[in-house]
Amino acid sequence: MARFVFRRLALLIPILFGLSLLLFLWVRALPGGPAIALLGERATPEAIERFNRLYGLDRSLWEQYASYMGRVVRLDLGASTRTNRPVLTEFWERFPATIELALAALLIAVAVGIPLGYFAARRFGTWLDNSSVVASLIGVTIPVFFLGFLLKYVFAVRLGWLPSQGRQDARLAVEHPTNFYVLDGIVTGNLNATWDAIAHLILPAIALASIPLAIIVRITRASVLDVLNEDYVRTAEAKGLTKRVISRRHVLRNAMLPVSTTIGLQTGLLLSGAILTETVFALPGIGTYLVRAIDGRDYSAIQGVILIIAVIYVIVNLLVDISYGIIDPRVRVR
Amino acid sequence: MRHSTSPSRRLLALTLGGVLAAALAGCGGDSGDEESAGATGGTLVFGTSNDPVILDGAYVSDGESIRPVRQIFESLVTTKEGGTEPLPLLAKSWETSADGLTWTFTLQEGVKFHDGEPFNAAAVCTNFDRWYNFKGVQQADSVAYYWLTVFGGFAKNESPDTAPSLYKSCAAENDTTAVITLTRPNGAFLSGLTLPAFSMASPKALTEFKADEVKGAADAPQFTGTFGTEHPVGTGPFKFESWQRGDRLTIARNDDYWGEKAKLDKVVFRPIGKGADRRQALEAGDIDGYDLVDPGDVDALKSAGFQILERPAFNVGYIGFDQAEEPVNNPKIREAIAYAINRQQIVQANYPAGAEVATQFQPPSLWGHNPEVPKYDYDPEKAKTLVAESGVKNPTLQFFYPTDVSRPYMPNPTANFEIMKANLEAVGFKVVPKAAKWDPDYLNAVDSGNAGAVHIIGWTGDYGDPDNFIGTFFGRPKAQFGFKDAAIQDELARALSLSDQAERDTIYKKANADIMTALPGIPYVHTKPNIAFKAGVTGYVPSPVNNEDFSTVSLPSSN
Repeated sequence: MARFVFRRLALLIPILFGLSLLLFLWVRALPGGPAIALLGERATPEAIERFNRLYGLDRSLWEQYASYMGRVVRLDLGASTRTNRPVLTEFWERFPATIELALAALLIAVAVGIPLGYFAARRFGTWLDNSSVVASLIGVTIPVFFLGFLLKYVFAVRLGWLPSQGRQDARLAVEHPTNFYVLDGIVTGNLNATWDAIAHLILPAIALASIPLAIIVRITRASVLDVLNEDYVRTAEAKGLTKRVISRRHVLRNAMLPVSTTIGLQTGLLLSGAILTETVFALPGIGTYLVRAIDGRDYSAIQGVILIIAVIYVIVNLLVDISYGIIDPRVRVR
Repeated sequence: MRHSTSPSRRLLALTLGGVLAAALAGCGGDSGDEESAGATGGTLVFGTSNDPVILDGAYVSDGESIRPVRQIFESLVTTKEGGTEPLPLLAKSWETSADGLTWTFTLQEGVKFHDGEPFNAAAVCTNFDRWYNFKGVQQADSVAYYWLTVFGGFAKNESPDTAPSLYKSCAAENDTTAVITLTRPNGAFLSGLTLPAFSMASPKALTEFKADEVKGAADAPQFTGTFGTEHPVGTGPFKFESWQRGDRLTIARNDDYWGEKAKLDKVVFRPIGKGADRRQALEAGDIDGYDLVDPGDVDALKSAGFQILERPAFNVGYIGFDQAEEPVNNPKIREAIAYAINRQQIVQANYPAGAEVATQFQPPSLWGHNPEVPKYDYDPEKAKTLVAESGVKNPTLQFFYPTDVSRPYMPNPTANFEIMKANLEAVGFKVVPKAAKWDPDYLNAVDSGNAGAVHIIGWTGDYGDPDNFIGTFFGRPKAQFGFKDAAIQDELARALSLSDQAERDTIYKKANADIMTALPGIPYVHTKPNIAFKAGVTGYVPSPVNNEDFSTVSLPSSN
């Protein structure tokens, strides 16, 4: 097991090298650059030349790349050209917001999706089954930001039940020791703040959850249907085991394998969906950060954020692979 | 068996129930309740378009950083409420020497910085010398834009094209007298000082929190001090309280302020990227007001009972000519175009209420504006005559316009272009449209004089001096306009060098008339950006130069 994990982590090195080179070239291929993006109408040829010289953008690509990689191996992702602050610092300031959103969305998708898929399979052919199939189709096709906008308009603007943007009510004075707003309320003993943070998460999490939810429902349903037809289930029923025991011990456990694969793959979708959702709900996560960085041609910020997301993606999928061994003893990896 | 409550079903019910409970509880803790009754006190939440970059005035030139800086810091001079003339602030009065090189400022007494340090002439000189001695990345236009604009260069210019500095030295004669010496006479200097870039910071805090520390590789410079991120110490009516990046910036009333204390307890700035989202936040009650209202939202907000405030126009949208290109090198052609364009139609069709037709390259709110400049009222027949007189057969115009952008002076460039094209074709011009993406293609093209014969662009002023408008456009030959006019350049240089306001006003009025005779372009619009507030918020005075003070603002007394 340890060798397996080590080998997978070692793969990260060539992945990151290749990715960093691609990113480096791609951002510089984008038209324009940070100087003109920052200065707009105030840009003059002298100003741009001055900027490029001071930020080392007038050197050859190889020089710039070598300098950049020299920093990356020391875990220094450079500085934003907009704020002149380390990219890594800015990333950590905003990452908790994205994690909270992604986890909340995953929670909704799993907590609603798996039971829904299970019951759709058990009541195969009934209205519950058919409507969940249709609902999942709708969930996959509605663009996340449109759904977000709709939810915001109905529940925040017209009904006023939930907040329309942000992570927390701007009028609440709260300390943020962990920067996970839901946790911060608990840690500082301010439960009002925790409820408020949860309220702010509801709409964006529902919007973001729409795609993984739809997929989890379908995969669970298909997987459960498969398992329900297996011999060992019939054997268990014949043995006289209760429905509850059969579901837990035989059906669910076997059906979960493909579902957990899906959940792992959904991480990628969740991270990219987070970018759209964060923009609609003005959440200060890495999604909004990346969008602004691209607009402003903030090379180091763009490269840094995407590299870190790549690392996260590899690690999450590694965890999914390890989880196979837990769910299914037959697939224990060496 | 159908009704068995299996674990998954119970879990589902619990989760949904919990989620609903959280939603309702969360609503209870929202808004309103924390605001105190009465005209003073309370927390105002203001929606902005972006997080500030840093809270060190010397390092910023973007509106969203300037907004909180203006509340925390003060400069020697400020602008008249809602206007542009310089008025005393930290300097009670000032005198200029006869040669215009020495400016003696008499300072306010009894002023303290938020950290208790005294504000005095030594502090003034510390600040000026700090900026003058900027090195490396501190000299970049994205950092020290306003120093570069007003003073030109630094003690040691790192770039060959940086101009020699206007600033020579500062001396503290005594605690309340600061003498600034310039290298050449310059009348725009005083207006320039109203900028937040020249606001006074506590010398102790600057040193203690390493405001000038720059680390990192030469090509990845980082400001590592915490002055601008955690300890921005000024003299203003508000003190910095906290900053959760991307979430909110909180400032609190300075109860030791030397002037009239702020009415609000706190102001919270919350960045919300899109105008549509800011609007929804206002409608949902999450914020009390916001800036940069989308023109399309103004009417809807008004009918829903919200307040819409207008900022006096301080920008100009114009058609520019590149006289290095034919046929606009011909003055009669330029005149013909001026008469052919129906500016009234463009402003009426493509601009929100409050926009006005421009007659010259600076807005009426700025002194030096000349009501008697040559006007080119819409007259297609006259245009046709001029085209005929010009001697140019089948005049063709390469007309550049930008896409993928909305500017305050030009919300919809394509719509403007369409009307202009129709106007021009009606009098016999052939128009060759050239669309280019604003960033970077269009900007690069215009800057380098590669934007055809005609282009549309504009400018938003930074401070209340005509040099910031017509000086910027025509003070030196620019590739954008492709011409040299020594007479106009000399006029502008002379006006810049004088200190007497009345004298400068006369020269700028003449310069505006001369410019509109020479017609290097056709200004057509000044727009008024809008700020929205919920009903009952009072005391916010919009300023043409975005010098807006939250200390006079109050929340409604009841909710």
